Amino acid sequence: MSTTTVSATSQAPKAGGGRKKLSLPWILLIVAGALALVSLVRVISGANDLTSVGQVSGALQLAVPIGLAGLGGLWAERAGVVNIGLEGMMILGTWFGAWAGYQWGPWNGVLMGVVGGALGGLLHAIITVTFNVNHIVSGVAVNILAVGMTQYLSNYTFAEAEGGSSKQSPRIDPITDITIPGLSDWMSDLQAKHWFLVSDIAGVIGGLVTELSLLTIVAVLLIPASIWVLWRTSFGLRLRSCGENPVAAESLGVNVYKYKYIAVVISGGLAGLGGAFLAIVSTGIYQEGQTGGRGYIGLAAMIFGNWMPGGMALGAGLFGFTDSLKLRGGAENVHAMLLLVGILLVLALAWQLYKKKYVQAGVAAVFAALLFLWYALTDQVPSQFVDAAPYVTTLLVLALSAQRLRMPKADGLPYRKGQGK
Amino acid sequence: MKKIDKDKLLLGAAGPVLALVSAFVLTSLVLLATGVNPIEPIRLMIENAGYEDVQVLIVNQTGTYYLAALAVAIGFRMNLFNIGVDGQYRLAAMLSAVVGAAVDLPGPIQILLIVVVAMATGAFWSGIAGVLKARRGVSEVVSTIMLNAIATSLIAWLLLPKNLGVQPAGSNDLTTGDIPESGWFPAVSMGDSGEIYGFTFVAFALGVVYWFVLNRTRFGFDLRATGASESAAQASGVDAKKMILTSMLISGAVAGLAGLPTLLGDTHTYSLSFPVGVGFTGITIALLGRNHPVGIFFSALLIAFLDKASASLDQYGYAKEIATIMKGLIVIAVVVSYELVRRYGIRRQQQKVGEELAAGGAMKTEKEVAA
Repeated sequence: MSTTTVSATSQAPKAGGGRKKLSLPWILLIVAGALALVSLVRVISGANDLTSVGQVSGALQLAVPIGLAGLGGLWAERAGVVNIGLEGMMILGTWFGAWAGYQWGPWNGVLMGVVGGALGGLLHAIITVTFNVNHIVSGVAVNILAVGMTQYLSNYTFAEAEGGSSKQSPRIDPITDITIPGLSDWMSDLQAKHWFLVSDIAGVIGGLVTELSLLTIVAVLLIPASIWVLWRTSFGLRLRSCGENPVAAESLGVNVYKYKYIAVVISGGLAGLGGAFLAIVSTGIYQEGQTGGRGYIGLAAMIFGNWMPGGMALGAGLFGFTDSLKLRGGAENVHAMLLLVGILLVLALAWQLYKKKYVQAGVAAVFAALLFLWYALTDQVPSQFVDAAPYVTTLLVLALSAQRLRMPKADGLPYRKGQGK
Repeated sequence: MKKIDKDKLLLGAAGPVLALVSAFVLTSLVLLATGVNPIEPIRLMIENAGYEDVQVLIVNQTGTYYLAALAVAIGFRMNLFNIGVDGQYRLAAMLSAVVGAAVDLPGPIQILLIVVVAMATGAFWSGIAGVLKARRGVSEVVSTIMLNAIATSLIAWLLLPKNLGVQPAGSNDLTTGDIPESGWFPAVSMGDSGEIYGFTFVAFALGVVYWFVLNRTRFGFDLRATGASESAAQASGVDAKKMILTSMLISGAVAGLAGLPTLLGDTHTYSLSFPVGVGFTGITIALLGRNHPVGIFFSALLIAFLDKASASLDQYGYAKEIATIMKGLIVIAVVVSYELVRRYGIRRQQQKVGEELAAGGAMKTEKEVAA
């Protein structure tokens, strides 16, 4: 009973008060609408790769590490600890994952990756919870230390192993991929016909059943698992209460330090899993600098998703999709995305006009016009802009909706035992 | 009165000393755990620092780090975390190099122009985060991380030969073209050991300006007050939103200067090999130096020493990444030991006040008895 009340209040934003929680039919309707829109753009622009099986399966694979980092950030911040050290914990995950993976098989690698990330989390917990140091400072330190440690240790491990060097590990055995035989081929055929909407749905389904790594399934399942633990168990309620109001939690007998420790260690473990996924599934090898800032992107995805797992997954999906577009023949696909963003802006324009917000509508109109002009006058987007696209998107989303976002109330604030007395 | 000052000084020094000692011990433990002689690499680094050419390298690096750390420190004093110093620094170095290479004015004016462009670019880039924070409530931590990544892409695009870049014949590198000699900052020659960039002294002079503005002007007071408590500052008539934007702009302008010692003194062009990550090192240094101009100077010197003296460790069969590990450990040791010293200081103060109160109370009762 109490759990549901809390989850309802935590989802309702303070301002307005008229926004309700989205129900399942609405979500499905929005998904269908988005798919129809993408389909329309695909038909107009002729960028048929936009929803191909390979594109969707690539997007999923690229989204998983970002999503795992984001989920890690979510666990920590729900307990009130800001975790900018996700990047470092991910780096530890790639290194430990590869180190155990090439010697004792991929699944042991996954396990060690989680352990490596969790160790980073433990360090972060000791510094922030026990010593009460500024969370961002501690995170920066964890990041520096992780880079130094892994580079240093590589000299004594990978450099001496056969097929490795001080910058990369020997090859790791892959984790089993599953392809559902009949369905996958059928969907690919259907997708290749390029029919409006039907082919797009086929592409999405095909992408989800083709060369799906077992670890991807585990990672995706972790999202509903986190929702269940954090919002449907008393453990989760206590953990979240530490992020909202630790003093009140303490007065009710919750051991705040313990919950913060658990949350941050789990957070590190999830980031480590993301790192292990990068090393073992994405590339099959550890490379120095492999994470490429994905820990930060995961953090951005979490904020994008308003500190909620569902929204976070959506953000990670968006980042994965843009990444995948870029990797697969890039420039033309992204060019088509200009059209998509333009159409979205026109929709926003209509909405603002309906709401009688003429200034916002004017801004949207100008940007939409510029985008259509850009689309019409060029036939590809420079690859550097494609690189920047996810970051610009995040910045725009934050600029437009930061006031509607609601982070845990005591997130990042210092707390010491006995403060409530 | 004198005695309290001494206490304060002692407590102030205890933090850094405790931090350095524990960082040193922890590094030795890491080295021991990997079966490496724990003392020899550090001894080699100290020996390296004895050579005059390495010393020149260290001093030059200190200047760059000093500017980056000042930029971070200005934000810190205002309770703003400008992680974007790195992006601001790179973008400013690149655009000022482009402008410097494009025009050829007589000496001082040319240099002035480059400096102004660098400051304006840095301020513009950090200003985006400042506006987003002041107007839209976007956390500057996230927005500056995003802006760093966007700066990377923007620079890569601008550096293409079809845009602003120049590809030197027979090379894969991309540059912005060379700044004419009138835009070279005069340097102090150290004979065979190289030369100390003139801009390094400008950097240290800025430290004095930083101290003066923060501690001796109304603006500095407002800034520190807003950093300490935004609501209290607002209640006393400070426009907190304006302060956020102003301090972000100043921080960015100083960050923009961080590339100039190298640009005006050595490379005279921005190329793909221009140093990156300076802004992140600046965060470490500002923390280590407790945002104090003198503290920052010594920490910049320390980090520059770790960087430059470790470069040749590979030749002796030791991994030079030891220096990176030391940096990470130093940051952790610093923040933890500052916290411990702070707690000890508070406890001591409480005890002292308690004793004085008890003594005062006793005197009062005596007086009452006498009366």
